[in-house]
Amino acid sequence: MNGDSILEVRDLRISFSTYAGEVQAVRGVSFDLRRGETLAIVGESGSGKTVTAKSLLRLLPEANTTIKGGEALFEGQDLLKLSEQQMQKLRGSKIAMVFQDPMTSLDPTMKIGRQITESLKEHLGLSGQRARERAVELLTLVGIPNPEDRVKQYPHQFSGGMRQRVVIAIALACDPQILIADEPTTALDVTIQAQILELLRDLQEQLGMSVILITHDLGVVAHTAHRVAVMYAGKVIETGTLREIFYNPQMPYTWGLLASIPLPTADRSQDLIPIPGSPPDMHDPPKGCPFTPRCPYAMRVCAEEMPGYTTFSAEHKAACWLHHPMAPNVEPPVRIGGTR
Amino acid sequence: METRHRELTPDLFNSAPLTAQEGERIAGPPIGFWKDSWIRLKKNRGALISLGVIVVLIALAFALGPLLSPYTLYGQDLTRRFLGPTAEFWFGTDKFGRDMWTRVWAGTRVSLYIAFLAAFLDIFVGVVYGAISGFLGGRVDDVMQRVIEVLNGIPYLVVAILAMTIFKPGILTISIAIGLTGWTYMARIVRGRMLQLKEQDFTLASRSLGASRSRLVWKHLLPNSLGPIIVNLMFTIPTAIFAEAFLSFIGLGIQVPEASLGSLISDAASEMRFHPYLLWFPSIVFCLLMVCFNLLGDGLRDALDPKMRK
Amino acid sequence: MTEQGTNGNGRALLEIKELKKHFRVGRGVTLKAVDGISLEIERGETLGLVGESGCGKTTAGRVLVRLYEPSGGEVIFGGKDVHGTEGEEGRALNRKMQMIFQDQQASLNPRMIVRDIIAEGLDIHNLVGSKKERLDRVQELLDVVGLDKEHANRYPHEFSGGQRQRIGVARALAVNPEFIVADEPVSALDVSIQAQVINLMRRLQEERDLTYLFISHDLSVVKYISDRVGVMYLGQLVELADSDELYENPLHPYTRALLSAVPVPDPDYETERERTVLQGDLPSPVNPPSGCRFRTRCPQAVEAAAQVEPEWREIKLGHWVQACPCFT
Repeated sequence: MNGDSILEVRDLRISFSTYAGEVQAVRGVSFDLRRGETLAIVGESGSGKTVTAKSLLRLLPEANTTIKGGEALFEGQDLLKLSEQQMQKLRGSKIAMVFQDPMTSLDPTMKIGRQITESLKEHLGLSGQRARERAVELLTLVGIPNPEDRVKQYPHQFSGGMRQRVVIAIALACDPQILIADEPTTALDVTIQAQILELLRDLQEQLGMSVILITHDLGVVAHTAHRVAVMYAGKVIETGTLREIFYNPQMPYTWGLLASIPLPTADRSQDLIPIPGSPPDMHDPPKGCPFTPRCPYAMRVCAEEMPGYTTFSAEHKAACWLHHPMAPNVEPPVRIGGTR
Repeated sequence: METRHRELTPDLFNSAPLTAQEGERIAGPPIGFWKDSWIRLKKNRGALISLGVIVVLIALAFALGPLLSPYTLYGQDLTRRFLGPTAEFWFGTDKFGRDMWTRVWAGTRVSLYIAFLAAFLDIFVGVVYGAISGFLGGRVDDVMQRVIEVLNGIPYLVVAILAMTIFKPGILTISIAIGLTGWTYMARIVRGRMLQLKEQDFTLASRSLGASRSRLVWKHLLPNSLGPIIVNLMFTIPTAIFAEAFLSFIGLGIQVPEASLGSLISDAASEMRFHPYLLWFPSIVFCLLMVCFNLLGDGLRDALDPKMRK
Repeated sequence: MTEQGTNGNGRALLEIKELKKHFRVGRGVTLKAVDGISLEIERGETLGLVGESGCGKTTAGRVLVRLYEPSGGEVIFGGKDVHGTEGEEGRALNRKMQMIFQDQQASLNPRMIVRDIIAEGLDIHNLVGSKKERLDRVQELLDVVGLDKEHANRYPHEFSGGQRQRIGVARALAVNPEFIVADEPVSALDVSIQAQVINLMRRLQEERDLTYLFISHDLSVVKYISDRVGVMYLGQLVELADSDELYENPLHPYTRALLSAVPVPDPDYETERERTVLQGDLPSPVNPPSGCRFRTRCPQAVEAAAQVEPEWREIKLGHWVQACPCFT
């Protein structure tokens, strides 16, 4: 999928003020989203991936959030600098978002049909009749049987998986160019998750939209993504194509992530290789590379300064001092890239 | 690789991984629940000021007030009736020539006695009732809740009037009358909390370890209910003060020559036209108590709520 | 019912026979959370129990540690009836079976310091004589699970998720159990931390000869840690086999679909594999389908499936399946 970029995020910095002090949730994040591709942003708790996603649609609570810097360029405009009115025109029409919990994503007192047509009327100015027809079309598109009947029902009459499909339908209503999906399947059962992932993949092929998929599940990434950005403690530490990240990762954190997940082919007599310690406290972010306290290859320089990016290919970049010419040569753990 | 400002020397690339133990370390001293809540409460200006004001008022009522005044509560001197605030009588005198400063603080004492007694009843009856009802659940809970609903249906005024006619009106009777009907709210809150906590994993964990019922209640459920209990207590006090004032207003409260804030206000209301100072002082103290306890209660509610922690 | 799931050498630590747990959820409406499961767990093994929401695995685990009383069937531990034994003997039996919970935040009393949380079992059963002994024991346990001695004085909220889970493990270990039910112990943890806790559990099992029932919806983790795996659907066991056998030769259509649905962190594998994506939703456990419960979503469903209750059979040695007419 090598189209041109539809979204360019540069050096995004976001902080929250809590009663315990400032939390630097996002500390200089940059990435591109190409036309027609799925970019997976992977990270664990505290990595800042959800905050990044929400900031693109400016959905963060105004009261205690400060966007301290950076830009997000979409169609020649900086999303971070638009007014609320301009953002409202974009949300749901050009850029749509799907959240994690289908239970709370829908208004329980409004019929499904109305929740879809709301968006259609607001952004596309469709009339009542035409809007209703389109709503039924959308429900069919996302695979809900008997859409003419279900359009008149309330959210509580749908199961979890069905609700998530409705949420996707609402997101797709105005044919957005970008769909941001924040852990869309985490709250669902495995077999339902499979359905929704298939659906997202089919829809993307059909409609040609670009998808930002936020997740912590590497299996989901392997199934749906074209490119991957790995985040840790508010920074993007590695990006690359799907195969590059899984088969030729260049960063100890990525090695650690991949090594700590048991594959079906795993040898049960071997221990898993965990990453010791826990993600850092973002109230007091570390000076150098944030992964230093947990990195088995840490060097003195790691704690002092943040490494710059090393480019390995057109798409593959990683930020690690191990790539510096003065650093010792390190072999990644055997498991990676060698299993198949 | 893009290198930046600093000069990179080869020795910086020596290995320096942290040991596993260091990775597990937690910074700072252990912060218990109460300390954490106190820190949060301190950040709430309104609550902190209220706390200060309340402390001052209590000090004045129980210690400083009487100390600073040479006059007594009942001492009448008809020669100096209706004197406005002067250097000698800081709050003036009433229609019997009694020193208002002494009377106001005596009245505050009485109001606070009543409020604390009512709050005490609240805890005793309310918490125990609610805890039993919530913890046992099932049919017992159903029955106990119906009883509360019946009690709630009886207006406390009726209970108060009955109490006054049967027993001699006094601090004790009034406290009982207010407390008798007020405990139901606390019971409901504690019951709700019990029902919630019963299903939490830590309760289940203790049960699976073999904890007895009393252990569960005393070590796990009640300590985790203290938050709402304390908050509710903070609100019970002004409610009781107000209830007493109301009773005094309709003549069922403290009888002469005793004074409470309510009775002082009630008396002063009839003299308001010509001697407004009689009304100001007790009213200000009354309002300060009400507002400050409410603000403190609000602040405590936020400070004690574990969900609002970082 | 014949001998279930053992290799015939009679070392079964735990025997579960036709266990049922029903909840009354309204006028005449019963939720059949667990509806007749039978299996045996051998000493020293790890039995994995997988399934999706509403399958009853968590309820089953809770019945085993006596948090719920069963509505039918029995649980025999070391020859004794778990729910029938009362008094002192009952309590001693209770101690031998402990539980680790999923939500490490909610499973620790926020008002207690770690030392008291871990020592609770010791206090309840009077296993230590003096304060010093108590503290020593707690510090020993903290060490075993890889935490610092000074952590004993802290409160749960000061720890990270992985650390809290390890405190939960220490608490369960305090009373020297023989059998531990681990209810989704790593599901709420970050991936890199999951491996820490899993390794810990494996090490403890070796050192202390523990037996685990590992309940999870995460098939990759279960396959890795378990010797045998049981698959549950709507309150019943549909398949039970050795870990490797289950993954290489799944017989029941639900097991096949479940395995097929799990995304694997290996892009080439994902592109090449064939997936069976089930249609439709999980039926409610209040009103399960008649006959074979899986028939409403089964890609191979036949007419007969609605009428006949499938039989729990040992198709191959050690490999049990709910034999539905559609594949037998």
